[in-house]
Parts: sequence; structure tokens; C-alpha cells
Amino acid sequence: MLGVLASIIDGVLVGLVYGLAAMGLTLIWGVMDVINLTHGTMIVAGMFGLYGLASAVGAPPYLALPPVLIGGFLAGVLLYWVAVHRMVGRPPLMSLLSTFSINLMLIGLGTSIWGTALFNVEVALPGFSLGRYTFPGAHILAAVLAALIAASLYLFLQRSRLGKAVRAVANNREAAELVGIPTTRVLAITVGCGVAIAGVAGMLIGTLFPFTILSGDSYQLKSFVVTALGGFGNPVGALFAGIALGVLEGAVTPFVPVSWTLVIEFALFVLVLVVFPGGIFAARRGAL
Amino acid sequence: MSVLLDLREVSKRFGGLQAVRNLSFDVRQGEILGLIGPNGAGKSTLFNLINGVFAPDHGRIIFDGIDITGERPYRVARYGLARTHQIVQPLTNLTVLDNCTVGACFGRKNLPLARAHEAAREAIAIAGLENRAAMLALNLTIAEKKRLELARALAAQPKLLLLDEVLSGLNPTEVEHMIGVVRRIRERGVTILIIEHLMQAIMGLSDRIVVLNFGQKLAEGLPAEVARHPQVIEAYLGDPKLAAELQGAG
Amino acid sequence: MPLVRLMRRPFFWILALAIAVFALAPVFGNNVALREALILDAVYITLASNLNLMLGYAGYINFGSIVFFGLGGYTCVWLVNSYHWPLGASLLVAGVCVSVLALIFGLGILRLRGAFFALATVGIVEAVQAFAENFTPWGGSSGIYLSGDIFTPLGGPARALWVIYFMMVAVMGLSLYLSYAIKSSKFGLGLLAIGQNEDAAAILGVPTPLYKALVYSASAFLPAIAGGLYFFKSAFIQPSDAFDLTLSTEALVVAMLGGQGTVAGVAIGAFLYEELRGYLLTSSMFANFQLFVSGALLLLIVLFFPGGLMGFIYRHFPRTQKVLE
Ligand SMILES: Nc1ncnc2c1ncn2[C@@H]1O[C@H](COP(=O)(O)OP(=O)(O)OP(=O)(O)O)[C@@H](O)[C@H]1O
Ligand SMILES: [Mg+2]
Repeated sequence: MLGVLASIIDGVLVGLVYGLAAMGLTLIWGVMDVINLTHGTMIVAGMFGLYGLASAVGAPPYLALPPVLIGGFLAGVLLYWVAVHRMVGRPPLMSLLSTFSINLMLIGLGTSIWGTALFNVEVALPGFSLGRYTFPGAHILAAVLAALIAASLYLFLQRSRLGKAVRAVANNREAAELVGIPTTRVLAITVGCGVAIAGVAGMLIGTLFPFTILSGDSYQLKSFVVTALGGFGNPVGALFAGIALGVLEGAVTPFVPVSWTLVIEFALFVLVLVVFPGGIFAARRGAL
Repeated sequence: MSVLLDLREVSKRFGGLQAVRNLSFDVRQGEILGLIGPNGAGKSTLFNLINGVFAPDHGRIIFDGIDITGERPYRVARYGLARTHQIVQPLTNLTVLDNCTVGACFGRKNLPLARAHEAAREAIAIAGLENRAAMLALNLTIAEKKRLELARALAAQPKLLLLDEVLSGLNPTEVEHMIGVVRRIRERGVTILIIEHLMQAIMGLSDRIVVLNFGQKLAEGLPAEVARHPQVIEAYLGDPKLAAELQGAG
Repeated sequence: MPLVRLMRRPFFWILALAIAVFALAPVFGNNVALREALILDAVYITLASNLNLMLGYAGYINFGSIVFFGLGGYTCVWLVNSYHWPLGASLLVAGVCVSVLALIFGLGILRLRGAFFALATVGIVEAVQAFAENFTPWGGSSGIYLSGDIFTPLGGPARALWVIYFMMVAVMGLSLYLSYAIKSSKFGLGLLAIGQNEDAAAILGVPTPLYKALVYSASAFLPAIAGGLYFFKSAFIQPSDAFDLTLSTEALVVAMLGGQGTVAGVAIGAFLYEELRGYLLTSSMFANFQLFVSGALLLLIVLFFPGGLMGFIYRHFPRTQKVLE
């Protein structure tokens, strides 16, 4: 009984980080109908940022957070100008292809520099014990940080001037343009935020599990599953769906071989989309 | 006159909005039936229900003796029902001829490609697009795109044609031309259900009129009767210009 | 469109001539090196041309077209190895089985539209690969090795390689003609309509679910046979080769490079891409950057030449449109 409870709690902790990662994907999706296929690689970039600072330089792991956030934002803005700007308003498949090709380039560069070796970042934090079970301190801190960042994103979108502009652009780009919102700049900032969130989520995941340059695929998939569950373009839904996925994963992992987890998650993704074409927490227009 | 399309207590709700409510009327073989009503009255939604884009929540739709309620759009097209869109939906990177050939191939007659080309050319001629046949649909003007919508629907050789605001956005000459085209189509034995905001035009064109408001039927009858109907005038009084037009047309 | 009508068009004969030249080029002087290069081209053209049925006609991106190739390879190699079937029968059965499987998959995942379908195709690769890794009759993750005497029925290894080459060229030729025949048919017109605007197509009467599933299934048949030939030739198959996503990606790059939706473009694109790749592989500087270069190439096409090479040619020499399809 306690075992089940423990795996549920750990699922919630890890799920919060998955939810945060998915928020990065769904933010871009919701605002400009662009599916960012570099998402997984940006998550991995966050992991390597962490590795570079923590293992190579020897800084405390969580100090990597601000540089990853800033670096991610800049990378996102660059991504916008290179691959997304010309695609906004064109058939959605074109932006899928353009971000896909950027991803190929990044993966190509990454594998030729780092190979596909496994990297690991040790985080020495005291855990929290519940009877025979101990929750690693890294899991708890990652979950807390993920929740804090998610909350700040929510507040940013709801309260700040810029956040309101982002929501206005998501709702109706032409109208936003008419009332004087610099939509192009808002779109670039949105992609910046989306990528920064992906990077930070990757950094947090890097404190939990070992990773390779190719780990991005499976985390990207998790983000897609979460996005489908949570409703497209709905960051708050994403956070809850992330928790749901984390719990599900915790419950399923002991019973199936690792190579099938990915397949099960994909099946879930397809199933959700076939049954609820708009996501389960159906995206009301302007859910953002 | 026999009934071609029979709507029986059809309803459709979008979330909290009852777009069509308990609507019943019929379209008779060979007539032009005008469908009018203020913006958002549910006219286009009704078209979407008839040709299967949405399934109605309640009610039945009988076309030519067949119950087509909830059938997929491509099945409905086979039964001989074609439509145009209020917001034009050209197949942008295909030529005008190919656009119409799609209509002819997959419409009521299910024609093979060669025969479909002939049917498409004929429809293009009726819609007055002969000199645009080889052009890509994306290069047409908006008026031409409207005519393409019509030609494409016509190429399917339907029994019933649903026209959604084919006159809107056209200048007076183009409107005149289009009215002529619609009349010619009817003369070929096609029954027409037409949505239109231009009162003058629709009152002149239609044999009968059905008026929708908030998804419900407000009135039904000959154009002159409908134009004098107090509730119709009231519904349009939100828009005094239209009300005046209505009186003038009646 | 009946064959006779196709044969009246110049493009039919241009294509036939090109394929004949392709088939015979290495025969003169018994040029084995050229043959090995061309057989790879034939694989690329087969994959890209069948991918194009989905991408260029129906407007659906399939990131996982490689499953057809890999599954065909597995089925064929397995039948040859475990049941000692002759090559021809194994290939045919592989093609048919994979097509039927694609039809079943297709009816399921093609209910997803646009980008969602594209994402789901990646999942299919993962699922099939996981299956192959855990399926003992297929040797799990270590795969299947064919014994050395499989080439005997084809007249010994040297002759067998020529036979396989001609068969591969035939598969390529059939792929191009399939593309061409579909494009000139009512089925093809329906697909093009779906690719332009699926809702409008359905309203015009195109039976969209059926057509999409059919074309998905059709696009599986010849790649499966090509996979069978390819892995029979290497006498070895394992999951990581059979379902290598890079090959799917390259097929996508090739189709976009040549011009999606055109028959000739895909062939020219495959040729160009192979040349480029050959150059990159031999130059020491770029050997590790293949993926990077594929990505950069695709990005350039998507950003600046969405019509690919054929789009460019059509735009500057409009009259070629009548001859090259
Ligand atoms: N797919 C949909 N989802 C949600 N609401 C919809 C949808 N389609 C239509 N509506 C709503 O249903 C109502 C009726 O719309 P409809 O398009 O049928 O009106 P209409 O009579 O054609 O108006 P108009 O004259 O402006 O074309 C409107 O309030 C509209 O916003
Ligand atoms: Mg309308």
C-alpha cells in the first residue's frame, strides 16, 4: 500500500517536470499554430547546459538555471527568425518541416561533437523518507522548481502587459495588430519563452536521470502526449496532464519492458487524439 | 410539387449556443427557396447540417426519400447534393478545370475522368469562366472564386444546389451576372436553396422564402408575404437599412 | 487512366528511356562499382517516389515511411531463411503483407489530420521497431543472418547481384509508373484535392478516409519489396538497420528537393542527393555532418524553394510542364 502511494508521489514529482516541458511546446503551439519539432533537442540542450556547468566547471547544479533560461530564450528567438517567421500563416506542415530540418541540423552537430555517450550529473541532496521509501532530494527540488516556473509563466501571461499581448496575439493576430501590438516581436518572444521553458525542464530532468544527445525524442514524445491530454495551447492543462503522465508512468514501469514504454505512450497519444480531437481538457478558444 | 429535401425538427448546439433550434421546412422539386435571416441566425450552420459537415443533435433530414441525417459529406455529395461556401474554399494549386473536374468526378454521377472533364467544361461555361479554365485557382479574383464555387458545385450535376451568399462581395454588374447564372441553373431543372443578404436580389429570385432568427423559423411564404410579416420586419429592425430594403423589395 | 492513354504522352517514353539507360549503364564494361552506386539510387528513388504519393499528392507528411522498407525486408528475409521460399515469392508476399498492414494502420491513424498524423507516423516506427526487437522468430535485437548458399538459385553470388540489380531497377521503374498512373487518374485527382483542402474535397464527394488509407497502403507495397531485395542482398537484417529513421528523413529530403507532387522531380532529386551525399562522405570534413547537411538542405528548400527543383523549372520554363510531369 505504501509502495503504491510512494510511486504515486514520485510520479507527481517527475510529472510536474514533464508538465513544465510540455508547457514550452504548447505555448508556441497555442499562440501561432506551430509545432516545434526542435522541442526535444532543446530539452537536451538544457541537459547539456547543466552538464557543462555542473560537471565540467564544477558549479553547483542548480546554478545552471539562470544561464539555461537566458540561453534558451536567445536560442528560441533565433529559431523564430530562422525557421518560424516565414512560416507563420503558411500551411502548418511547412513549419513542421522547417523546425524538423533545424532539428536534424542540431542533432547532426550534437552527435558529431558529443557522440551518443551517456552523461550523468550527480546531485547530492538529502532525500525525504516515508517508512521504507525515500524520495530523492533532487526529485523534490525539481518538482518545486518546475511548479514555481510554471506559476510564474501563468502569472506572466495573466498579469503582465507583455503576457496580455501574447494572449491577444494567440486569440486573433489581425485584431492584435490593429490595436497596435507589435505582433512579430510578440511571436519571437513567445518562441523564446517556449524554448527557454523546454531548456529549463531539460536541465531539471538532467538532475533526475542520465541522458544522451538523442534523449530528446522520448521527452518530446512525452510532451506531445501531455499536450494532447491537456488540450492544445493550454499551459495549465499541460501541467495537470504532466502529473497524470508521471503517475501513469510510475504505475506502468514495473510491469512492461523499457522498449515498450515509448510505444505505449505513443499509442496513448494516438488514442487520445482519435477520441478527443481537441485534447481532453478541450481547448476552448483562447484558453491561454 | 414533390418534396426534394425535408427537414424535420432539426437542432444543433455549439457549446452554450443553440445555433439551430427545432427547425422544420421543406424544399420542393424545381423551386428556388430563399433562406434569409440576420447575421448569426444559423443559416450556414443549417447548410453544414444538411451536407453532413456536422450531424444534428436532434431531428431528421430526408433528401429525395433517403434519410441522410448524420451521413458523411462525401456520401451526401453522391446522393446529388452540392453546395458553395460562404468563405470560398478553392483547391488553390489546381486549375479551375481540375477544381470542377473533382466536382464532376465525385458528384452524383461518379463520372470517369474523361467524361468528368466534359461535364466540368460545361459547368465552367455556364458560370462564365471559360477563359480562366487553365488558370490556378489561387490566381482568381474574389468574384471569380465565387463563380468557381458555383461551377464546381454545378459540375457535380446535383439535384439540389445549396448556395451560401454567392452574391456577397460582388459589385452590381457581377451581381447581375450571377443572378443570371442562378436562373439558368434552375432552368436546367436543378432545385436551389439559396442564402442571401441582398434583399432585392433574393426577393426577386426566390419562389418562396424561409426566414431564420436565432436558429428558429420566423416565417415562411411567398416573398411578398414574408416582406410584410411584422415579426420579420421587427427582426430586421436592428438593421434599419435592411428593413427598408425589405419593404422596398416586397 | 488506361495504359494506352498514358502511352500517348511524351513523358511516358521519356521515363521509359531514362529507366532503360539506368538499367543498362553498368552492364557495359561490367562496371560493378557503378552498379552498386546505382542500386542505392534506385532504393532512394523507390522510397522517395512512394513517399511522394502521401506527401506530394495527399499532403500528408509521413516521417516513418521506413517501416515499410524494414518490414518488407524482415518478411522476405524470414521467409527465405526459415521456410526456404524462393526470392520472388518471398518478395511478393512481403509486399502484399506490408500493404495490408498499412491499410489497417492507415484506417486507424489517418483519422488524425495534418500534423497529428505526421507525429503518429513516428510512433509507428517506434512500435514496429519494438516489436521486431522482441519477436523471437525474427531473432530479436540480433536480427537474422542468411546463409551463404541463398544466392545459389540465382546462379551464384556474382550473377545474383546482377539479378538483384535488375529487380531493384524494375521496382524503381514500377514506383515511378505507379506515381505517374496515380497522378493521371481519378484516384490521383481525389488525392490532390485532399492535399489542397481536405474538407472541401469531402464536400465535393471525395471519399477521404478510404482514399487516404488506400494511398497509404499503396505507398507501402513497392518500398516493402525494395526492402526485401535490399536485405536479401546484404544477407543480414537487424532492427536498427531496418528501421533507421535517417533513411525516412532522406526520402523526405529527396522528395522535397526534387519537387513534391511531381514524378520526374523525385527521381532527379534522388540522383542529386546521392551525388551530394557521395561527395560529403568522401570529403573528410563533412563525413560526420551528413545529418546536418540533410537538415540544412531541407531548410533551404522549405524556406526558399517550396516547389523544389521542378517547381523552379516550371516557373522559369513554363513549357516544360507539358513534357515533364
Ligand atoms: N463550428 C462552430 N463552432 C462554434 N460555433 C459556431 C460554429 N459554426 C457556427 N457557429 C456559431 O453559430 C451561430 C450561427 O452561425 P452561422 O454561420 O450559421 O450564421 P449565419 O446565419 O450563416 O450568419 P451569416 O449571415 O453571418 O453568415 C453563430 O453564432 C456562430 O458563431
Ligand atoms: Mg453564413
